[in-house]
Amino acid sequence: MLDNLTQRLTGVIKTLRGQARLTESNIQDALREVRMALLEADVALPVVKEFTAHVKEAALGQEVIGNLNPGQALIGVVHRELTKLMGEQNVGLNLATTPPAVILMAGLQGAGKTTSSGKLAKMLQTQQKKKVLLVSCDVYRPAAIEQLRTLAQQLEVDFFPSDLSQKPVDIALAAHDYAKRHYHDVLIVDTAGRLAIDAEMMDEIKQLHAKLNPVETLFVVDAMTGQDAVNTAKAFGDALPLTGVILTKLDGDARGGAALSVRNVTGKPIKFVGVSEKMTGLEAFHPERMASRVLGMGDVLSLIEEAHREVDQAEAAKLAEKVKKGEGFDLNDFKMQIVQMRKMGGVAGLLDKLPAQLSQAAAGSKVDDKQIDRIEGIINSMTPAERAKPELLKASRKRRIAAGAGVQVMHVNQLLNQFEQTQKMMKMFSKGGMAKMMRGMKGMLPGMGR
Amino acid sequence: MLSFLKKSAADTEPAGQSGWLGRLKSGLARTGGQLSSLFAGGGKIDDELYEDLETVLITSDVGMDATSLLMADLRRHVREQHLTDAAQLKEALGACLLRLLQPLAQPLDASGHKPFVIMLCGVNGAGKTTSIGKLAKYFQNQGKSVLLAAGDTFRAAAREQLMTWGERNNVTVIAQQSGDAAAVIFDAVQAAQARGIDIVLADTAGRLATQAHLMEEIRKVKRVIAKALPDAPHEVLLVLDANTGQNALSQTKAFDEALGVTGLVLTKLDGTAKGGIVAAIARAHPIPVRFIGVGEGLDDLRPFVAEEFVAALLELNDD
Repeated sequence: MLDNLTQRLTGVIKTLRGQARLTESNIQDALREVRMALLEADVALPVVKEFTAHVKEAALGQEVIGNLNPGQALIGVVHRELTKLMGEQNVGLNLATTPPAVILMAGLQGAGKTTSSGKLAKMLQTQQKKKVLLVSCDVYRPAAIEQLRTLAQQLEVDFFPSDLSQKPVDIALAAHDYAKRHYHDVLIVDTAGRLAIDAEMMDEIKQLHAKLNPVETLFVVDAMTGQDAVNTAKAFGDALPLTGVILTKLDGDARGGAALSVRNVTGKPIKFVGVSEKMTGLEAFHPERMASRVLGMGDVLSLIEEAHREVDQAEAAKLAEKVKKGEGFDLNDFKMQIVQMRKMGGVAGLLDKLPAQLSQAAAGSKVDDKQIDRIEGIINSMTPAERAKPELLKASRKRRIAAGAGVQVMHVNQLLNQFEQTQKMMKMFSKGGMAKMMRGMKGMLPGMGR
Repeated sequence: MLSFLKKSAADTEPAGQSGWLGRLKSGLARTGGQLSSLFAGGGKIDDELYEDLETVLITSDVGMDATSLLMADLRRHVREQHLTDAAQLKEALGACLLRLLQPLAQPLDASGHKPFVIMLCGVNGAGKTTSIGKLAKYFQNQGKSVLLAAGDTFRAAAREQLMTWGERNNVTVIAQQSGDAAAVIFDAVQAAQARGIDIVLADTAGRLATQAHLMEEIRKVKRVIAKALPDAPHEVLLVLDANTGQNALSQTKAFDEALGVTGLVLTKLDGTAKGGIVAAIARAHPIPVRFIGVGEGLDDLRPFVAEEFVAALLELNDD
């Protein structure tokens, strides 16, 4: 079921070799596969139809450039169009108004409104230094108010208490008044989950909106939502002037086609994605990454970008120069690689960006940041001389290092093995041959070689 | 013409509850109208009609695999029965869908053990805690004593949510200030044994199947339950949100692999989502559907009856 588009297309592509242009006939089968892949990713059918028609139009007559075959060229078009449809660039919150700026949260039951409210408050408070007040208008679900109170306490964000006997509109207005008097920059109003077909509840949130006049009205939607995402999004979009969308639970293995459906139906940008159970797990939405995910292509492109951005170019150049001159690749260099990897978000961050199948395989091997920490700890316990000349390391030095890093001698040996493999790889690299290096890559991460 | 569906629907619907099937249907039909209009005109069976039917299945989250299977089944049926009228196609599709779903309709029998321990699991926001409330009511209505274990020790105020509910409905809730889900549920099972309780409902924290450490933790919860009472838990229910798309299939596989899921609860069918994902599950990884949630009221959790579900999904009782 998780066949990715690239895989799906390989069969079709074989028949397309050696053709210079994308034509109606040579992309028909490929387009069918695109349609299937999108449906498997839970993009709603009407959206899929519209989208494939659009892709066809964009692709027809396009030249197949360079070494690409028509199938690959088509994937390129699909990816580009998908990104375009997702909104091209990230759009942040617009909080420019007389404080308090009100953010109203809306969505179905269980979409993740309360958790997202907490995460958003935390984000605004730490990243933008805003003074935030949280209030819950959910007087229906038992302990919903208590849930937000607990979250606010954990996050050290101000919380406006409310109770079940009050009307949601009264609670919201009282909170607004309180926020004004206490100079809060932002008031986040959490609401009860509601079905779009529940007229009474939809009226209630319309009223909330009318009284509060929020600067942001965010529709919270679960990334695992299926075909019905279009109906729900339409109903909420019709009832409320939405300003954006929060896509939650993206750390699961859902392909998240709902993102495309919701974006298409509401026409509003997806502003944030929930990517972790942790309270810091709210990130800006990247349309390009989402396009890759929906297509099952992984986030290889932004991985490359990130590598460019985060890796210290000067350090990398120094290393390359050293390797080229034939000077040894030593443990200092090894440590530097680890530090750079950490800059790119650690192992977990890297895995997130790989295509689904690859990252699952890699996750199975249980490489984690703890192991990376341990490696760094061991290297830190070595003297500069030892780092530069690992062959100095004999039994007694290893014992000292193990004791210093709080590990077993076994772990020091493991590290040295990995280092030797990497060293060999570097030698291959200096003798030319990227292909050889890729083969050697397996040994680079602890546990990956299995 | 729809005799097989009408009869069974009437049989399984006790007096005084006529509202719920209507509600399920109206919920399911909300997006629809599309299907009824397809067949209304009669007319010929052609490719266009087949495609429209395929659309109905896909937009109900039935998934590509099960949709292809059902469509092939339907075409064979039409050929063999020499159907020519578009109006007959609806019943034929109903029959195909019923054949696929019937094996999943196995009601939960909680009489074999005392206490009968039911453990609930699922992703975040699927409706586990709410379902526990409804299940407690369901068993109470059958004259059984119920005890709840507040095993969601992770989400803020999950314990309070269950305790509030227990207070309102006079059901004992076993909870601890903080700590370990396994320990809470262990205590609950022991308390149930001591007090001669019939049913233990154990809540767990929502988790995504990709969170390896949390999946490991819930395996442990199950092992610890077995320490309190051998062969418990007697039922492991996976709670699925009817709004979920194809990911429900990965959820089913992952939780089944970790825990040996013995039954499914399909929640939130009172919205516009149709829950066609059940058909995808029936095709790829069949596990009995024990209950469906069709409303916000406490009585709105019902045993799954395939005929009713098919009737509601295809709007069969409308004509």
